[in-house]
Amino acid sequence: MMNLRRDVFQAIADPTRRAILLLVATQAMTAGAIASNFDTARPTVSKHLQILTECELLKQEQSGREIHYHINAKKMKEVAEFIEPFRKIWDDRFNLLETVMKNYKSK
Amino acid sequence: MELKTKINAEDGKQNLVITREFDLPLELLFKAFTVPEIIEQWMGTKVLKLESKKHGSWQFETSDAKGNVVFKANGTIHEFSPNRKITRTFEMENAPFGVQLELLEFEKLTDDTSMINMHIIYESGALRDQMLKLPFAQGINMAHNRLEDIAKKLK
Repeated sequence: MMNLRRDVFQAIADPTRRAILLLVATQAMTAGAIASNFDTARPTVSKHLQILTECELLKQEQSGREIHYHINAKKMKEVAEFIEPFRKIWDDRFNLLETVMKNYKSK
Repeated sequence: MELKTKINAEDGKQNLVITREFDLPLELLFKAFTVPEIIEQWMGTKVLKLESKKHGSWQFETSDAKGNVVFKANGTIHEFSPNRKITRTFEMENAPFGVQLELLEFEKLTDDTSMINMHIIYESGALRDQMLKLPFAQGINMAHNRLEDIAKKLK
């Protein structure tokens, strides 16, 4: 039905990626510094970083010759509030229901 | 402003509860769920069939401006107690979300106010989460498509 090229929820479903987000949340880090915290092979960590960046949960920033990864607070907030659009749909429907029935009553 | 419609979806569970209070007498609130022409107005969908009784069934269909069917759903009614409760199933056609069980309870608060408590149970926690994320994901997708449209025009 729907094909998301970058599924942010799939991204945070992985425990290693969640660990990376927690790590980077405290301070911006290079790929090497992030990888040194894991037993996983460096290319695997790179792949995780790529996915997190594609989902916009991480942002890259060039400083001199190094690239630092930052947390994207705006995107993280969106994910935390992912239930809101679902709630909004029902709220809109129920608001309409109330209006329709008030008119029905006065007819 | 206080949120009128509340959703309670606990982590790792396969159900959720939607609650809402209305400035409507109980009878009018209940009517909004049983009269096809009224459902069509607030749900924005066409009611093909609605048998509001035990063992009855229902069928909704929504088309876009061009007349293409974009949403089709159906289910059966297991309990129909006027002004009190509707128990029904809900299944979206051609969608991988399975069947959900919906328990709708209606309650009188005062002569002019009432509330609904919708308890929805999904086949699994994963399916519940998918349904919850759908509007969010569509929002992201729409934003993404808008960006692509803008980018195309810039070329």
